[in-house]
Amino acid sequence: MLLNQFLVLAAALFAMGVYGLLVRRNMVLILLSVELMLNAVNINLIAFESYLVTPEAVGQIFAIFVITVAAAEVGIGLAIVLMIFRNRKSANVDDLSLMRW
Amino acid sequence: MTFPDWISEPVNWVFLVIGLTVLVSGFRVVTSKNVVHSALFLVATLAGTAGLFLMLSAEFVAWVLVLVYIGAVVVLFLFGIMITRAPMGFDDSLDGDHKVAPAILSVSVFVMMAWASIDAFGTSLVASTGTATSTELIGESLLGRFVIPFEVVSFVLLAALIGGITIARRDLTPAEEEERAAV
Repeated sequence: MLLNQFLVLAAALFAMGVYGLLVRRNMVLILLSVELMLNAVNINLIAFESYLVTPEAVGQIFAIFVITVAAAEVGIGLAIVLMIFRNRKSANVDDLSLMRW
Repeated sequence: MTFPDWISEPVNWVFLVIGLTVLVSGFRVVTSKNVVHSALFLVATLAGTAGLFLMLSAEFVAWVLVLVYIGAVVVLFLFGIMITRAPMGFDDSLDGDHKVAPAILSVSVFVMMAWASIDAFGTSLVASTGTATSTELIGESLLGRFVIPFEVVSFVLLAALIGGITIARRDLTPAEEEERAAV
C-alpha cells in the first residue's frame, strides 16, 4: 500500500469538509462538516504512524486525543446551537446578523 | 510502482472499495438536502474510516472511532437536529446561495494538498507488518510518556461537560424562582 493513497483520500475528505463549512446554512450541518475535516486529519495521523512506525505509537495517541477533543467540541457546539435556537427561533447562521454593521 | 503492480495487490482492492464508500458518503454529507440523511451518511463515512484504520494496523483507534463517533457523537447530532426542529424531509434552504466560490476553494485546497503529498512521498510504502499495534503498547504510551496530555484532556472533557450543562440549561424566570422559593 502506498502512503499517498491514504493522504490523497484524506485531502479529498478535508476539501469536502471545507466546502460544507462554507456552503451550509444550518449550524448543525456546519458542525458535521467540521467533523469531516477532523476525520481527515485522523486518517493522516494514522497513515503517518503506519509509515514511520514509532516505538510509542505516537500517531495513534494523537489520533485518540483528536477524537477526544472533537467529542468535547461537539458537546459544547451543540449546546451553543441549542441556546441560539432557543433565543432566536432559528438555527441558520445567516439569521445571526446582530453583530453585523 | 506502476498501476498494474498496485492493483494486483488484493489489499488495494479493499482500499478502493472502502475509499469509494468514504468519498461518496462524504460528498453526500455536504450536499444532501435532508438533514437526517446528512447525519446518517456521516455514519457511513466514519465506518469506512474505521475500516481504513484497520487496514493501517490501528485496531484500537478504529474501535474507539466506532464507539465514540458512531455510538455517541452521531447520536448527539441527531438529538441536535431533532431539538432544533430542523426541517424534516427535503429542503432547499439548507445551503447558502453562493456555491461556486466555495467549490473552487475546496477543489484548490484538494489539488494543493494532493500535489504536496504526491510530491513529498512519491512512492513511499506504508510498512505492512501485518500485526496490529497492541493495545498494551498504546496504554503504556498513554500513561507513560503522554500522561500529562492525557490528564489535561480529561480535564478538557470535564470542562466541556460542565460548560455544556451551563450553556444549555434554561434559566428560571423570576416568577418560577419565586414559586420554587415558596416550596
